[in-house]
Formats: sequence, C-alpha cells, structure tokens
Amino acid sequence: MQLWLIPILPLAGFLINGLFGRRFSKAVVNVFAIGSVVLAFAWALKTLVALAPLNTPYTEHYFTWIQSGTFTLNWDFSVDRLTAVMLMIVTGIGSLIHIYSIGYMAHEHGPNHGGYYRFFAYLNLFMFFMLTLVLGANYLVLFVGWEGVGLCSYLLIGFYFDKKFATNAGNKAFIVNRIGDFGFSLAMFYMFRSFGSLDFGTVFKQAPGAPEAVLTTIGLLLLVGACGKSAQIPLYVWLPDAMAGPTPVSALIHAATMVTAGVYMCARSWPIYTHAPVALHAIAVIGVVTAFFAATIGMLQNDIKKVFAYSTVSQLGYMFVGVGVGAFSAGVYHLMTHAFFKALLFLGSGSVIHALGGEQDMRRMGGLREKIPWTFWTMMCAGVAIAGVPPFAGFYSKDAILLAANQSAPWIYWVGTITAGLTAFYVFRAIFMTFFGTYRGEAHHPHESPPVMLVPLVILALLSLVGGYLFKIPEFLAPLFPALEVHENFTLMAISTAAGLLGILVAYILYVASPGTADSIAGSFKGLYTLVYNKYFVDEVYDAAIVKPVVNGSRTVLWRGADAGLIDGLVNGAGTAARGVGSVLRRMQSGNIRSYATWVLLGSVLLIVFSVMLWGPLQ
Amino acid sequence: MSAIPISWFLALSAVLFALGVAGFLFRRNIVTVFMSIELMLNAVNLSFITFSYYFKKVDGHLFAFFVMVVAAAEAAVGLAIILTVFKNRATLNIDEVDSMKN
Amino acid sequence: MDVILFLIFAIIAVVCAINVVVQTHPISSAISLVGVMGSLAVLYLLLGAEFIAAAQVIVYAGAVMVLFVFVIMLLNAGAEVRKGRSLMVQLLGVPLLIVFLGLTAYFVRRLFPGDVTVHFGGFTGGTAQAIGRALFTTYLLPFEITSILILIAIVGAIVLARKELD
Repeated sequence: MQLWLIPILPLAGFLINGLFGRRFSKAVVNVFAIGSVVLAFAWALKTLVALAPLNTPYTEHYFTWIQSGTFTLNWDFSVDRLTAVMLMIVTGIGSLIHIYSIGYMAHEHGPNHGGYYRFFAYLNLFMFFMLTLVLGANYLVLFVGWEGVGLCSYLLIGFYFDKKFATNAGNKAFIVNRIGDFGFSLAMFYMFRSFGSLDFGTVFKQAPGAPEAVLTTIGLLLLVGACGKSAQIPLYVWLPDAMAGPTPVSALIHAATMVTAGVYMCARSWPIYTHAPVALHAIAVIGVVTAFFAATIGMLQNDIKKVFAYSTVSQLGYMFVGVGVGAFSAGVYHLMTHAFFKALLFLGSGSVIHALGGEQDMRRMGGLREKIPWTFWTMMCAGVAIAGVPPFAGFYSKDAILLAANQSAPWIYWVGTITAGLTAFYVFRAIFMTFFGTYRGEAHHPHESPPVMLVPLVILALLSLVGGYLFKIPEFLAPLFPALEVHENFTLMAISTAAGLLGILVAYILYVASPGTADSIAGSFKGLYTLVYNKYFVDEVYDAAIVKPVVNGSRTVLWRGADAGLIDGLVNGAGTAARGVGSVLRRMQSGNIRSYATWVLLGSVLLIVFSVMLWGPLQ
Repeated sequence: MSAIPISWFLALSAVLFALGVAGFLFRRNIVTVFMSIELMLNAVNLSFITFSYYFKKVDGHLFAFFVMVVAAAEAAVGLAIILTVFKNRATLNIDEVDSMKN
Repeated sequence: MDVILFLIFAIIAVVCAINVVVQTHPISSAISLVGVMGSLAVLYLLLGAEFIAAAQVIVYAGAVMVLFVFVIMLLNAGAEVRKGRSLMVQLLGVPLLIVFLGLTAYFVRRLFPGDVTVHFGGFTGGTAQAIGRALFTTYLLPFEITSILILIAIVGAIVLARKELD
C-alpha cells in the first residue's frame, strides 16, 4: 500500500525546494511544492479507496527504531477510519491552501529576496510532519510529528524574520508549545512505565485493566500536551500572536491542521480516557471555558485576523467539549467542518488584506462587497456555516456536540449555546464591518484577487455549505469509538440555532443598521470593555508572573552566577593560580650563583636523607 | 707500627669536602670559588684512594687519575672563562654576574 | 709511626684548607691550596698509591696551581670586597653544611666500624706497572676519551682567552 509515500512526497518537495529553490523560477517552485501535496492527496485517496471499508486498522511496519531491553519501538504507520478522516483533511485542505499561496505570496520579496521558495519549502515540511503525526501507529511517532509541526509553526510564524514582532511571536509559539510537549513527554514516560510500550495497540489493550489513578494521570498529562498544541486555557496565548505569519500559514496551521492535532490525539487515546472519567471531564471543562473565554475576547478585536484567531481558540474548545463528553466522533466531525469554514475565513481575510494592500484593521475597512464580490460571497458562506445556521456544515457538528454535552452536564450545554451566540455575533461583526457600510480606509484601488486565490475560496465555500451534509462523520466513525446514546432533542437544537441567529441579528443592528451604537455601548461599560479588549491582561499576567522571574532568575543566577562566576571563575582561576605560582617560583631564578649552589647542596642532602631512609640503617 | 683506622681517612675526606663547599658558598671572588672546587675534587680523590685500599683493587686509583685529568682540563677552560668575564665586566665579584636573573 | 705521619699531614691539610676558605686575598688562598695538595700526596703514599701521589704533585700542585697563580697575577685580583648578598646562602648555607657533615659522619661510622686499618705496605697494587696495565686494558676507552677531552680543553682555552681580532 506504500503508506510512506504520503508523507515522503511533501518531504521531497521540501528538500528540493529547500536546497535548490534559490535558483528555481517561481513556476518550478510551484511545480514541486504544490505537485507534491496534490500527489500526496491523490495517493492518500487511492490508498483509502483500496483499503475500503477499513473496518480494521491497516498497519505497515518500516523499521525498528528503538530496541532496548524489553522495550521495542517500531516506526509504523497505520490507517483506520479516524486516520482516513485526518488524512483527507490535511492533504485536501493543504492542497487548496498551497494553490492559494501561489497568488498570495506572488509579490513576496522577503528579507532575502528568496522568500517565495522558503515559504513553500517550510509549508511542505509542515505537511510531512503533520502526515507523520496522523499516520503514526504509536505515541512516539506521533510525537515526532507533533514536535515537527511545532518547529514548522515557529519557522512560518517568524517567516518575516526581519520583523521583531514576528520573531517574538515565533518564539512565544514554540516555547508555550514546549510546555505542552513536556506534559506529553511525561505522559509517555508514565505510559511506558505502566504498560511497557508506547504502541497504540498494546496500550489500548491494557488500558481497561490498569488502575484508574494511572490512567487519570496519563490522561491529564496528555491533556496538558493537547492544551499546548491546540491552544486551550492556559496555553492558548501563542495563537493570537501567531497571526504575525503570512495568512496562508494562519489558515493551514493555525486553523485547519496543526491545532487540531491535540483533538486528534485525545480522540485517538479514547480507551485511556473512557476509563479515566476525571480526565475526560477535565477535557470538557477546559474546552467549554476556553470556548466562552475566547469568544468574549474575539468580540472586541479590531484586527480581522485576531478575530479569527480567537475564534479558532473558541472552536477548538468546542472540539474538546465533544471529546470530553464522550462524543468523540462529534468532536472529529467539528474538526472537519471547522477546517472548512475557518480556512475559508482566513483565506478570505487574506484576500481582503491583499485587496487593500496590507490593511488588517477593520476600522479602516467597509463597503467592500461591491469591490471584491467573490471574496464577500465566499466569506458569507463561511459565516453562516460557523454561526450554525442549518443546514450548513457548522450546524450539524456543533449540534452533535451540544446535545452530547447536555447529556453529560447541562451547564456545559448552556455555556456552549451562549458561546454559539457570541460566535455568530463576532463573525458577522467582522463581515459587516469589512463589507458593509462606507469605506473608511485609504487604499486607492481595492481589487479582486486573482483566480488562483479565488478557486480555493470557492471550493471551501461549497464544502462549508454542504460538507456537513455530505460527509457524515459520526456514522463513519461509529464503529471506531464506543457508542454514546444521544437522544435527538429538538428543543435544544432549536435553542442553539436561535442563539446563532440572535447573534447575527445583534451584529446587524450594531454594525449595519445603526453603526454608532457599538461605540456608545462600549463607552458605557468602559471598565469591562477595557478588560476584555486587552484580552483580560492574560499576557501581562503571564509576563509578570512567569516570564520575567524566569528570565531575570536565569540572567542573574544562572548566567552571571553560575556561568560567568563559577565556571569562568574556575577556568580563569586555574590560569590565575598558575600565574601566581609561577610568579612565586620565579624568585628562585635570582641569577646568583651562590644561591644556586645552595640549592644543589640542599638537593643532595635531601637525596642522602632519602637514600638512608630507603635502605635503612646499614649493617 | 700502629695502624690507622680507615675511617679516619674518610673523615678527613669529608672535612675537606665540607670546607670546599663552604668556600664555594661563602666567598665572593670567582677565583677563590674555583679553588674551592679544586679542593672538593681533591677530597674526593682521597676518598677514592681510600676505597681502593679497602677493596685491595687498583680501580680506585684509575678513578682518581681520571678525576685529575678532568680537573686539569676544567681548570684550563674555567680560568679562560674567568678571563673573558673579567674582560667584559671588569669585576671579579660573583654576585655581579647575575644577568640570568628571573 | 704511621699514625703520627697521618696526624701531622692531616692537620696540615685541614689547616691549609681552612686557610683557603678564610683568606681574603686570592694569592694566599692559592698558596694554601698548594699546601693541601702536598700533604694529600703524602697521605696517598701512606695508602700505597705511589703513582697517584707522584701525579698529584706533578700535575696538580705543579701545573694546575701554577696556572691559578698566573691567572691571579693577570687579573691583578685584589683583596675581596664584600659586595652583594644572597638570602638563600645566608639562611641555609651554614645549617645545610652542618647537616651534610653530620650525615657523612654517620655514614662513615656505620660503614666502617674500624676493623680495617691502614699501614705502609698494606696495599702494593698501586704501582705504575699496575696502573699502566689497568689503563691500557680495562680502562682503555676512558683513556682515549680523556685524550680527546684534553684536546678540546686546549682548543677551548685558547679560543676563549685570545684577543678579539677587530
């Protein structure tokens, strides 16, 4: 079946473009970059069709990576239904975004006039790692992909490496992710200790028999990792800053694929979580709190990409809720639909930014719907999808999650519904501020994007509209996950849909019907407005409580104290000591012959004494 | 016809040697220092001859012979050096020949 | 008889040696050294070393010491001036000397408790014939080397002491 081809094709694209791209023309770079991803998609599709109906996982073994005592770890890829869904999302949406990037990065000069090939090389590398993550048949291969996507995220966020805010954002993403990775590593260590293996098959077979405390600990530690990668509280702070990277990066990595790795990993580990209810419930609680929290912040942001960034954090919270209440397939379902409409929202905002020549502040947009109609209509499709308007994609997935949540803990349902309303509100706020009203900006000639950028938008718009209906993920994944009886409850469905529509209505009133109302409301609640607008000052709190102490401690204690003081002191001290001893011994060379003679006499006397002692008294 | 204990010769040799060392350490005139060296060599010669008598072999005499030869050669060269030093520095004080200081 | 002979010449040797060390003018030291060598020659005779005794007088007292006296005359060395000092010598010189003497005394006492005695005719192997035989058989190599050594010494002395040709 040659599963290895799926990740290797993008890796080949990375190597070719990375090593030789400097000399290629843009067309050649395109061929390798997009070609590799499209080929990977085609190969994945072919593999899945050949493996249908995929009732049992299909594994391919490549080589033994670690062999130590009784611990064996193989580099295996395996495909089951969950992998199939992820493969299609990653390669499919990846291809679309690659095609879009041809147009978006066309004017890319970059700091070294080679930005174009570097961008595609990094993007291909990311695809390789993400596919490794998804295809891995044990936790360590997954972790290799996990770390690799973190690296590519860092490289791509800091793509404009001559801008300090971009490199800072890259650092922040990597470091915060690292904290999550630490949790993941601890989980793997504990897993190895408890089960003796990191293989999915082996671990999941032994999980039901293990003590609950062990499983809960592993589950919580895995959750820490997932929080880092999927930007949940308390490790979400990197995602809004990650918007410093080019927009296709935000679309691919920070909306559709990398951030979903945490959800995928939790869904994959369902045998552990179903036997550790505390950890499972923790996932749901963190998810719903994050969803609500991020939605409130997203309501007030003025940068169009930041709105969607917080929206991503919020929607990831929904996915976590889905996984956390036991509706694993619902969580994955939302993962898919979210990939459609969030990628579309980001790509569309990229189109807007491109049209306005780099403007990202929505206060300087407006009335663009006649000027860039294609972008407008595709973004509207995404908007109704994310708002949960039936029968579009978001409705099905969000409802599946909320209904399951109601069964587990009704308060989660209510908070989720309120968040749905907020979601609809902020998305349509963004759309209304951008496309309706009068144009408040200064760009000379907002022009529509080239077809190479519009075609992916249209495809994603179609998927956002009908994707939820076409791809019935819950039924597809039902044989994989434990059954969860969810009763259809039309009342609750109606309430959550109404919340979405209400959000759209409020946004319409505030931003189209009477445009000044929003500002006057903000004026009356000045304190609250400032708090939320500044993201609840979370970044500032982190900075003061964690970052500054660590940096200062490291600077004073470790650098000045230990390194410069102790180690340098020892080394320099050895030198100084040698010099000191030398300067003392130097006095012996007085140049005076008589003192030399005295030394000789002293030496000979000592020799005689020693020889006497050695040979003992004679006769 | 009483005989002399052999240790007396060795004691005499030791005393002469010690006197030679004392002269070497405490005198400042280069020529005097050189003469102390000759004194030391003589003391050692006496020691060699004594041991030759003790073991009733002639080898000690040979050693003493060679010591004398070398001492003569050394005296010739050494005095030539002293002459050169005197020509260059106009001093016979051994403490003033200290350009190897430090 | 031998004892008296030994005592007389030993005392002369020691007194002359002390004189070498103590006198301020180098010429006095040189003459005292001649005295030491002479008395040593007598003591060699007591020990049966006829050849060596003769060589001592001819070579040492007759040649080397004359060389010394010539050089002292050339240099016009006067009485010694007490200039310059050395800390090492002042501190350690005397103690070390005493220790050294003590050690050698100890050694001598232990090694030679006193059973062997010396008298005239006790050793007859020190004749010129015996030495000549040993010199040209067992010690042939050192003999040849010393001849070269003397040659080197002559050349060296001449080179060092000649006037610079400018």
